[in-house]
Amino acid sequence: MKIKITGDKIFRFSAGIIVASAAVILIASVYILTTGSTEVLQRFGLDFFMGTNWNPVEGRESFGVLPYLLGTLVTSGIALLIGVPLSLGIAIFLAEMAPKAIRVPVSYLIELLAAVPSVIFGLWGLFVLRFWVLNYIEIPVNANLGWIPIFSGTPFGLDIFTAGIILAIMIIPTVASVSREVISAVPNSIREGAYSIGATKWEVIRHWVLSYGRSGILGAIILGLGRAIGETMAVTMVIGNAVGPNAMPTSLFQPGQTLPSLIANGFLEAPTPLEKSAYIGAGLVLLLLSLLINILAHILVTRVLKVKGGAVE
Amino acid sequence: MDTTEKMKTENLNAWFGPKQALKEITLSIKANVVTAIIGPSGCGKSTFIRTLNRMHELVPEARISGQVLLDGQNIYADEVDPVQIRRRVGMVFQKPNPFPTMSIYDNVAAGLKLAGAKKGQALDEIVQKSLQQATLWDEVKDDLRKPGTSISGGQQQRLCIARALAVNPEVILMDEPCSALDPIATAKIETLIRQLAENYTVVIVTHNMQQAARVSDFTAFFYLGKLIEYGETNALFENPKSELTEKYITGKFG
Repeated sequence: MKIKITGDKIFRFSAGIIVASAAVILIASVYILTTGSTEVLQRFGLDFFMGTNWNPVEGRESFGVLPYLLGTLVTSGIALLIGVPLSLGIAIFLAEMAPKAIRVPVSYLIELLAAVPSVIFGLWGLFVLRFWVLNYIEIPVNANLGWIPIFSGTPFGLDIFTAGIILAIMIIPTVASVSREVISAVPNSIREGAYSIGATKWEVIRHWVLSYGRSGILGAIILGLGRAIGETMAVTMVIGNAVGPNAMPTSLFQPGQTLPSLIANGFLEAPTPLEKSAYIGAGLVLLLLSLLINILAHILVTRVLKVKGGAVE
Repeated sequence: MDTTEKMKTENLNAWFGPKQALKEITLSIKANVVTAIIGPSGCGKSTFIRTLNRMHELVPEARISGQVLLDGQNIYADEVDPVQIRRRVGMVFQKPNPFPTMSIYDNVAAGLKLAGAKKGQALDEIVQKSLQQATLWDEVKDDLRKPGTSISGGQQQRLCIARALAVNPEVILMDEPCSALDPIATAKIETLIRQLAENYTVVIVTHNMQQAARVSDFTAFFYLGKLIEYGETNALFENPKSELTEKYITGKFG
């Protein structure tokens, strides 16, 4: 029997290859990072994940990524804490309140913000934002609330807090523009139904629009979180780049380090195969962290929908 | 038929941007009867009822002039809060629009919760009573926790009616409430409309003249944004005064 080759079959085959290649790239990345970090993982085992030392001196080598793992989580956490409310406010204003003459240009500007290279954010953070944060936030907060461990130390401006703020600014375009799309896609019939039973504009937004769009908004936040976790250049320029036990994020106002900034700072200068392997191991931890957070977020999104009725879509 | 006046529009004009949708409408709506608004598509009948509970102004660039009186008070007066008007003048829409993120129970309770009602027996009772009034209770009483969108289209529309009734309105506006429903569901809603007229003032927009004849006591015929004729339904259908009305109800255009 002859198999007839049609356009549909060719399309299906080529589409299949493209889809498969996405999975192959992910698996290949995990594989390469795992083999690359075998040396450091065999030598230090669990200590690589739980240890706080980072000492490349020959004969005294010790590598642990815990401070950078925590630094990544803390800076990304600050970014979400500050960036998400701002982004949602922007999205709600643009989608629900702004007249068209404001909505269109401002939406465009916010999306343009996503096109600013991260090194530019880094430069601005290093030369401008750092001093604002230092003078107007860190010094006053430290003076008054310094007894709280996370505000202790000697504020310097190049630290975990500044990195978190830079990240917050960097995730705003993504979170705000995706959320705006989500809010705009909420059917008008739902708003009208809510108005018809005596809801105010704010109540309509809070109880109906945000509730209907919650899975999309969660998705937007996850996209933002992905960017915050992986962001390298801008963070490297403002976080202070502490290494070893000093990099443990005990206070927001002291220099820290994230996994990406650790790799960016040290990788090229790693002289020994073991140290190189340690940096690749840090990359593996970063990739696994990203995957884990995405999977958890996915579960969260589907659970939230199921628990609350599952009627959205 | 002699009844008191519940609502009245005086020289009401409505616009969407530069486009005028209603022209100098003066119409009296009587209490505890069903008033039908009929007319061809685009004649302004939906716009008209949306001016009666201040939903019209939610459309960007929409505005009105003239007065709409509810119990003699102009609902467009500066000191009037549109939220309060919408509680007194409820609305049911063309396409059933139960809140998809809420259960059947919460759909009905939503308006009361906005007004500050707390969970409990009192709220349960109002929800039950509203669903009973909307003749939906027996069909959903075991499924109150299911999503409002999990029931059939006709049931959804009755749920929307229960939702409107729960906040205890005085007037109920219905914008072609059966246009998305099958004949059996339509018949149920029509029976329900007749029952509602015992306690509420009902204004229904319909493009279906048989429906207007079946359910309404008074009928107003709109054409190109103008009120052409208004009168008791039987008189208007049997003995129209305007030639336009006659042409429309005999199906010569529309």
